[in-house]
Amino acid sequence: MTVTPLGIPRRLLEFTLDGEPVRAPEGATILDACRSAGKDIPTLCQGDTLAPKNACRVCVVEVEGARTLVPACSRTAEAGMQVRTDTERARHSRKIVLELLASSVDLSTTPEVAGWLKEYEAKPDRFGPDAARLNEEPKVDNDLYVRDYDKCILCYKCVDACGDQWQNTFAISVVGRGFDARIAVEHDAPLTDSACVYCGNCIEVCPTGALSFKSEFDMRAAGTWDESAQTETTTVCAYCGVGCNLTLHVQDNEIVKVTSPHDNPVTHGNLCIKGRFGYQHVQNRD
Amino acid sequence: MDLHFGDSKPTDEERAAIDALLGPAESSWEGAARDEMRASDLRWARGGRAARERRDLLLPGLHAVNDRIGWISEGALDYLCRRLTVPPAEAYGVATFYAMFSVKPRPATVLHVCTDLACAAAGASELCAGVEARLGLGSGVAVERSPCLGLCERAPAALAVRAGDPVRTAVSAPATVERAVLAASAPDSAPEEPSAALAVPQAGDPALMLLGRVGVVDPASLDDYRAHGGYTALRQAFAIGPAGVIREVTDAGLVGRGGAAFPTGRKWQATASQPGHPHYLVCNADESEPGTFKDRVVMEGDPYSLVEAMTIAGYAVGAHKGYLYLRGEYPRALARMEHAIGQARARGLLGDDVLGQGYAFDIEIRRGAGAYICGEETALFNSIEGYRGEPRSKPPFPVEKGLFGRPTAENNVETLVNVLPILTIGAPAYAAIGTGSSTGPKLFCVSGSVERPGIYELPFGATLGELLELAGVRDRLRAVLLGGAAGGFVRPDELDIPLTFEGTREAGTTLGSGVVLAFDDTVPLPRLLLRIAEFFRDESCGQCVPCRVGTVRQEEALHRIVGRTGADAAADITLLREVGRAMKDASICGLGQTAWNAVESAIDRLGAYE
Ligand SMILES: Cc1cc2nc3c(=O)[nH]c(=O)nc-3n(C[C@H](O)[C@H](O)[C@H](O)COP(=O)(O)O)c2cc1C
Ligand code: SF4
Ligand code: SF4
Ligand code: SF4
Ligand code: FES
Ligand code: FES
Repeated sequence: MTVTPLGIPRRLLEFTLDGEPVRAPEGATILDACRSAGKDIPTLCQGDTLAPKNACRVCVVEVEGARTLVPACSRTAEAGMQVRTDTERARHSRKIVLELLASSVDLSTTPEVAGWLKEYEAKPDRFGPDAARLNEEPKVDNDLYVRDYDKCILCYKCVDACGDQWQNTFAISVVGRGFDARIAVEHDAPLTDSACVYCGNCIEVCPTGALSFKSEFDMRAAGTWDESAQTETTTVCAYCGVGCNLTLHVQDNEIVKVTSPHDNPVTHGNLCIKGRFGYQHVQNRD
Repeated sequence: MDLHFGDSKPTDEERAAIDALLGPAESSWEGAARDEMRASDLRWARGGRAARERRDLLLPGLHAVNDRIGWISEGALDYLCRRLTVPPAEAYGVATFYAMFSVKPRPATVLHVCTDLACAAAGASELCAGVEARLGLGSGVAVERSPCLGLCERAPAALAVRAGDPVRTAVSAPATVERAVLAASAPDSAPEEPSAALAVPQAGDPALMLLGRVGVVDPASLDDYRAHGGYTALRQAFAIGPAGVIREVTDAGLVGRGGAAFPTGRKWQATASQPGHPHYLVCNADESEPGTFKDRVVMEGDPYSLVEAMTIAGYAVGAHKGYLYLRGEYPRALARMEHAIGQARARGLLGDDVLGQGYAFDIEIRRGAGAYICGEETALFNSIEGYRGEPRSKPPFPVEKGLFGRPTAENNVETLVNVLPILTIGAPAYAAIGTGSSTGPKLFCVSGSVERPGIYELPFGATLGELLELAGVRDRLRAVLLGGAAGGFVRPDELDIPLTFEGTREAGTTLGSGVVLAFDDTVPLPRLLLRIAEFFRDESCGQCVPCRVGTVRQEEALHRIVGRTGADAAADITLLREVGRAMKDASICGLGQTAWNAVESAIDRLGAYE
């Protein structure tokens, strides 16, 4: 669900979804309605804690009377709307979008995408071996996190999380235009020269692993990263009185990264630098 | 906001350029030198909302630096950010969005050489090569290949811009290597551009309604404008009131001339009736569609008509402020409009009390900086507001939430100037011109393989052949591109297509912004298609995947099949079609949705790769 403040109970409106009548609260998106009806649609730029930029276009559906397809993640449902989620037309666009993405960036650490590529019979290789790719080198310029923009799908989530939707630090932005557009800090400087406060909220929302803990990045490089061997423990941050919830990801008795539950009504998955990265003292066993 | 600035400092010149726009910094909090402790440093309360409300000065600020220095350094950008309380990362994102700005050092003089359709057909590649050979490293001139400069009637074209105080510009069109080099090396002594009337082959014809004054009035003289019927339409508007104006425009059947063909009366009515205030009027003079130059000719040849038309439109929709978003590559149109607005203000035709009627209206010009996408209406709002020129998703529509989140009517230059004859001759007489659903006169931008390229005014309903006849079509016509790069090709045997919205639609093509680009059989079609693909790849804002990556994949496929036909091209044509279909269906805005149209039409109608 997109986060909508719990206000006065909202009126229900009725529309049809793949021929079936459904009801959704006023203001709900088509995607919300689909998910409550037990239908899933692929999404990448949509995030559970952010207003989506609707830039990836993998969630497009057909709305009767609309000239183009519409993004289910952002279009609010209207009474009487007739929505079709699984038409040939919608599936075609999703398939092409997946092919375009998979042929230009590295999606190896994007959850679920392998399944969608298969489901939509996407063949990213058909653009040939010379198809332009991002070809970015990972930016390793500090000890806390790595920016591997070769995996970036430009979903704008990190920009929104760092900017006016959560953190209000505005350390990163989209720069350049078209295929050359990238996420960067001012003057394309190293992160250490930027306004970044290392809250890691951008890592929390990144759907592709383009932003990752240095610990995870190093372990992946060494071939020791093993999610199946990890446990997750949610606890309370001990640093300050805010009391944010932390989820410690532990592998071989070492904390390998820290996330935060998105459904926490206070923090919505956001932390500060101490809660996110300040765990070494826990592991100081001397 | 948690703003962090680096320690790069502006040079004195950069600071002066920014201060000339914003006034001197009052406190060290916004970048004034910390030479002495100023009283204002201790009690500084601007920041916060007051400062953020000046964010829309970001684009003018970037222009100020780029105009004076030629590029935008870290120190200059940081200083501008301090002055406006804009996060440096965001400002950097904005500065890198526009083609006319550079964030890397470059020579003070930039020569933009057009490589687009009409110029390509007129030998732009030889021109580029020749200019580059003469202006190599050390010449002090940066040569940049440019999309259409809106001078297609005089192709090939080049525009020189020399940074300084003031910035100097010179246009060379039709350009030779010699003349383009001269414009770049001595912009001050370059010959004056020919009068705008030369772009109007019909100039002087008394039957012209939109172009009637071009070449007849002195574009610098308000009195001359008035002597030629100027400001009678505004008086009529005041006589019938805002609702009356909207009724006339609606009854006249005026449809937008910017490309999307939306009924103007409906747009105005919807804006006027919004409860939220203030309302805004925006005139879209971005005109970056390759092959389009009509708005430039109107602004250069009859600038007061646009001032008057914007005033009427503002009055009708209940706006007190109008923005004229003028493309950055039009120095002469900018100068003429600035002059006209200044004169109108001095004479009480803009300002607090227009014509003594108690209606306040003023116009502010905003310069674009080289981005076709900023012609898309919501991208244009973002651009004015100081954000990247990325389109917003609709709904909400501009009439409800437009510029600064307020109800906004946005119209093309040509659409607005049509309001003048509507009010002077009346809706019924206007509606009698043209056809039932395409009423009034229409401007066509004719260029390419014709004897007399230029802007033609014809009533809707004339056929393509009639228009080409007027312009002197040459033998061996191979194809006509209708509607610009986002439009479609038609064959020489389709010249009886009526030039109306419904007629072109029926023929499976579009009128778009009124472009008619003729190509004879000396123009290599596959190269032309490649140029169109390259244009869209360059101009995609990069926001959505189908457009950002799709335009690249299409360009690659077209490269592969440049010299091929039939079965050799079949697999790539399938790929082009599949990608094109998704771009049309799933892109956020009109750019991605139409980027494939022209190439598709060349394959389907011209048999480009058969
Ligand atoms: C990519 C793109 C570029 C556009 N460029 C222009 C332009 O340069 N000038 C213009 O008037 N309209 C342009 N438009 C259309 C505008 O978005 C808008 O429809 C128009 O300005 C409305 O004015 P009208 O109703 O008077 O036609 C463009 C649209 C798109 C999608
Ligand atoms: S870095 Fe991650 S969150 Fe940021 S735009 Fe790229 S994919 Fe999205
Ligand atoms: S994450 Fe930061 S803000 Fe939250 S409790 Fe820990 S120290 Fe406090
Ligand atoms: S269609 Fe192209 S130009 Fe339009 S929003 Fe998408 S990327 Fe930007
Ligand atoms: S998830 Fe809807 S467009 Fe990206
Ligand atoms: S000016 Fe070169 S194509 Fe228009």
